Parts: sequence; structure tokens; C-alpha cells
Amino acid sequence: MTRRHKLTLARIIAGFAIFIAAELAPLEGYWKLLAFLVPYFTVGGDVLWRSVENICHGEVFDENFLMSVATIGAMCTGEYAEGVAVMLFYQVGELFQSVAVGKSRRSIAALMDIRPEFANVLRGGETVQTDPEDVAVGETIVIRPGERVPLDATVLEGTGSVNTAAMTGESVPRDVCPGDALVSGTINLNSVLTARVDSVYSQSTVARILDMVENSSERKARTENFITRFARYYTPAVVFAALALGVLPPLIAHEPFMKWIHRALVFLVVSCPCALVISVPLSFFGGIGGASKKGILVKGSNYLEALSKADTAVFDKTGTLTRGTFSVTKVAPVKMGDRELLTLAAKAERFSTHPIARAIVEAAGLPAERDGDGADVEELAGMGVRAKIDGHTVLAGNRRLMAALGIAAEDGDGAGTVVHVAVDGEYAGAISIADQVKEDAKDTVERLRALGVRSVMLTGDRKASAEAVANELGVDEVLSELMPGDKVAAMERLLESSGGTVAFVGDGINDAPVLTRADVGLAMGALGSDAAIEAADMVLMDDRPIRVAEAIAISKRTMAIVRQNIAFALAVKLLILILGAFGYAGMWLAVFADVGVAVLAILNALRCMDVSKI
Amino acid sequence: MKKIYKLRDLDCANCAAKMERHIKKLEGVNDASVNFLTQKMTVDAEDSRFEEIMDEVVRVCRRVEPDCVICR
Repeated sequence: MTRRHKLTLARIIAGFAIFIAAELAPLEGYWKLLAFLVPYFTVGGDVLWRSVENICHGEVFDENFLMSVATIGAMCTGEYAEGVAVMLFYQVGELFQSVAVGKSRRSIAALMDIRPEFANVLRGGETVQTDPEDVAVGETIVIRPGERVPLDATVLEGTGSVNTAAMTGESVPRDVCPGDALVSGTINLNSVLTARVDSVYSQSTVARILDMVENSSERKARTENFITRFARYYTPAVVFAALALGVLPPLIAHEPFMKWIHRALVFLVVSCPCALVISVPLSFFGGIGGASKKGILVKGSNYLEALSKADTAVFDKTGTLTRGTFSVTKVAPVKMGDRELLTLAAKAERFSTHPIARAIVEAAGLPAERDGDGADVEELAGMGVRAKIDGHTVLAGNRRLMAALGIAAEDGDGAGTVVHVAVDGEYAGAISIADQVKEDAKDTVERLRALGVRSVMLTGDRKASAEAVANELGVDEVLSELMPGDKVAAMERLLESSGGTVAFVGDGINDAPVLTRADVGLAMGALGSDAAIEAADMVLMDDRPIRVAEAIAISKRTMAIVRQNIAFALAVKLLILILGAFGYAGMWLAVFADVGVAVLAILNALRCMDVSKI
Repeated sequence: MKKIYKLRDLDCANCAAKMERHIKKLEGVNDASVNFLTQKMTVDAEDSRFEEIMDEVVRVCRRVEPDCVICR
């Protein structure tokens, strides 16, 4: 509670005490009115003053004005106790609402509190504590256990582990040793690390993420805009309805004025759209905050809304469903051992930088060599390599290479790429290399199906290998052998055939056009990738595909809570209006319903934040 | 030029929406947003008259929500 809240609370308590005294005192006529005016002004003085002020500024129809008219109206119709009580109730409700909103606002903001407070810089042999913004690239910083990494840096000294939970939602600490990159915003757990700064603060991961999250509320969901617009018309409409209700029946049907004015006042009490205006943005904010706890950054509530309607999730295979790193899956030698074939191929391929060659070299356990000078190795573009090893001519490459030499070879129908090896013109065997599927890729596809989302895989791989992966994962549709340009066209077709929205998941490497084209673009594994953060609508901080399913689940739940709040608030208000018009609901009930609904809606909105069960 | 300001004691979401609407109508203001949840205000206005425009913004905000302070 802030100082202002405490002050209001004190006024409410004092006002309530005087109100009880006035109620019990045996007073009549003007004395009674006077006795009730004391608690009335004690409790509602600021509301009255504010409404006078706002009328002077041309701001009619604000809640202060409406409450003032309603309570003064009650006083005029002789219902002194009711006038004071309604004001009292209103103030209690406002106080409660303000405290609740403040609390939830702070707790959501705390979720996103990853801003490093300071950096310890080594300058002239001493550690100086400074603002991270004042540190230049190339300076050396010291990060002590428990401290937040202030800037993106590379470890110089010290080994230990860092907690990346705030950035990725991943709770397992990441081990670092000299040479490893440190991401700003993560927390150093157990040892002193010395590191060289790689980027200035404004370009560091943490600053870019904060920037994104803080600007997220600028892109508002349609529902959010609708509520704001609705609020603009709702209040005046209800006020005019109240006016009509107070004046028309007495004039037309010659009913008593007092009775209808009293009913009209009920209308004024429920005319404030607060429950909606606060709870809807708060729900979205809570959803975005909750998502960020899982390492899912959302650029605006409009994307959360769009994602909740997704019926298709399109994955760019490499780097999202698969790791994007190749490894040897099968060795099939002819007339020699597995080991021998692998070593032979590795020796031939050891100077190549191609990922497939690297996988073979790694599997053989040979050290990577960059300098190929002097070695008798020839690269055959688009086919493979020819190398002289221990007096033998070794050829390693694809089926076309073998065909060019007149050697029969079969690729088989497995996943991945096959490297054929021939020694001195004779076929020696084949090595299969495939991209590895991520552990939770299969779960992701299943979870998406449970959420009613079809998964589609896009890839540039050849058909057989794409389908092998697709079958393993159980994805609903595969589009293979796509050139980068085809992916946009494929996305266009999927957008057309979809009944809802289409989400695209990519790793941010050369799929930016598709990311932008999709209804919702999700970039994966974005720690440190500028292009992905720019192009995507949502950023998944780690590279686990299950986050996609989680993001959709969060968006669906957030939208459900938003709808609940809208329906609940409107239903209660409408009910009170109808009951009030027929004289069944008094002002007490109306004010209780009004602030009660607002508080309940705020509490409901808070559920968006809780992602522990997602 | 675009600047972000912190807001103190912005207590009501409806007022935030009203403030935003009024600021957007001011002359020289290209775009503005008042964020109730992060308690921040973004004003995008003409460079040459920025401070002048901000004075106007402060006046408009005071009119809508007298308790709210813009930390300049």
C-alpha cells in the first residue's frame, strides 16, 4: 500500500465511524442531513472536488462526476444513509481495486526484471562499479557469484555455471569455461568469472529484450482496442439512458418523480467501464509476462491474440525440429571394418568446411585441420573430394561422383545424406549422415495436435529423407525439396487454405521473409541473433520446439480469461441495469456489483501470469 | 523524436486511455501511448518544438488525472 492508499483507508474508517454515529443519533430534518453530510464529505470529498475540477476542464462523464451525481441525487431524494453508504462502498472498492492493480502490475513487472544494475569493470588494476551503459567493448568485467551478467561477454578466466532461467526459461544451469560466450541477463551462480565485453549495453541481449517487452503494449490486440472504444460509448449511453429513465416515465405515465429518479441513479452507478478497461489489458499483460517466464517473448498482445487462433504451425525443419548439426548415423563398409572406412573418409574430408565433412571428421575422432596446403586433396565441386592417402586414391562423395567413375552405388531410403567411399576405383562402402531430431520434437507435434493445431514441416531436403523425419515425428504435412524462395510461396498457400491463423517457426537463419509473411512468426533460439529478433513477432529464447506448443497454450488461455472477464462484467452490468430499471436493485447492490466485478476481474486476470501448469 | 517518460501515481486505466487520446490530438504530436501497466508514456513529436509540446502534454495529463506526475 502506498501512502495515498493509507490516507484513503484512514478517511474511509473515520467516515464509517461518523456514519454509524449519525445513523444512531436521534436526529430529525435538517439536523439529520447535516449529521450525514459530515461523513459524506469525509469519505467522498475528493471525489466531489475532482468532479468539479473535471467539469471545469470539460471532462464530463468521468467516474467521479457520475458517483457525485448519483450520491447527491440520493441525498436529494431523502435517502441520506444510502447516499453516504454508496460513496463509502465506492471508495472501499476503488481502494481495493487500486491496491490489487498496483500489486499485480508490480508482480508482472518483476517477472520481466532482468535489467542488470551495475558492472564491475577492471580499470587500471582495480575493479570499479559502474553503470553497464558506461562500459565499452573490449573492457574486462568481473562477475561475482550471484551477480547478473551485465553485458554480452566472452569468458577469460574462471569456470562455473550460469543460470539462464530469466532469459530462456530453462532451469538447468549452463556450464561455462574460458572462451565461452556469456549472455547478459543471466546470473552467475558459483564462481568468479572474468570476461571481455563483446557489445555495448544498448546492443546487448538484455537491452534488446527489455526494449521489446516494454514496447509490447504498443501493439494492442483487437479485443483490447475494442474495449477502449466500447468504454468511450458505454458511459455516455448509460448516462443518457439514466436521464431518460428518470424523466420519461414520470412525464408520460405520470409516475412519481422521486421513484424514477432513484432508479435512474442506479444506472449512473454502474456506468463506469472500469472492470473492462482494467482487466482486459491486465490479462494480456499477465499472459505476456507469464510467457516471458517460459522464455517466450511476445512483441504485442495482438500476436498473442493471433496465435490463439492458430490452426497450423509451420516448422522450418533444420534448426527447429532438428538440431541443425549433422552426425554420422550409419556406417556400411564393404570388405573392411566400420572404423577403417570412417577413418579413411575422414582423412579425405578433413580439410573441408562442409558440415557433412565435419560430421565425418568428428565421428572419426580426428582433429579438425584448417590448412590444406601441401596435402594431396582435390575438391570436386558438387560431388565430393579426391585424396591421396597412404598411396591409395580415396574418393568420397555423393552418388553422382560414383556414377562419374562408373561405380554402382545406392542411396537407400533412409533419412539424411549418404557419402559413398571408393578406394582405388573400387567401392568401399557408405556413410549416412543425418541431422538429429530434437528430443522434444515428437512431444511438440503431439501437444500441438491436442491443442487442435496441425503441424507442417518445410525443408530443402530431398523427399525421402524429409519423409523419414516426418514419419518419426508424426507431423501432418511435409513440403520437401524447397528452395529458399519456395518457402514463401508455400507459406502463401498455407495461409490461403487455413481457416484460422498460421504460425511459422524458424531459427532466424535465412527464413526472415517467411517469418514476416506468416500471421505469427516465431524465431527460435534467438539468444544473440539480431535478425531473428527483428523479423519475428515472438521470440523463443531457447531452442526447444515444445515452447511453440507452450506459447499457443498460453495464448489460448489468455484469450479465454479475457473473454470470461468481458462476458462476466457485461453480464453483471446488464443484469443490474435491468433489475435497477424495474426497481429490484438499489444503489447499494449496484455499487457493490460495479466494484466487486472489477476486483474479481482483476483477480481473474492475474491467473494469466501463472504458467506453472502450461 | 521519440521519448519515453515514467509516470507516477497513474491509478486508473480509463484515465490512461483518456490521456493517450488527448495527447494524440495535440498539434505536433505524431504518436503517443500511455501505458498503464508499465506506467510509462511514449511521446513521438516534432523535434523543433519538443519541449513546448511536452509542456502541453503535462497540462493535458493534469487535466485528466491531477494526481499523476510525469517524471521529466
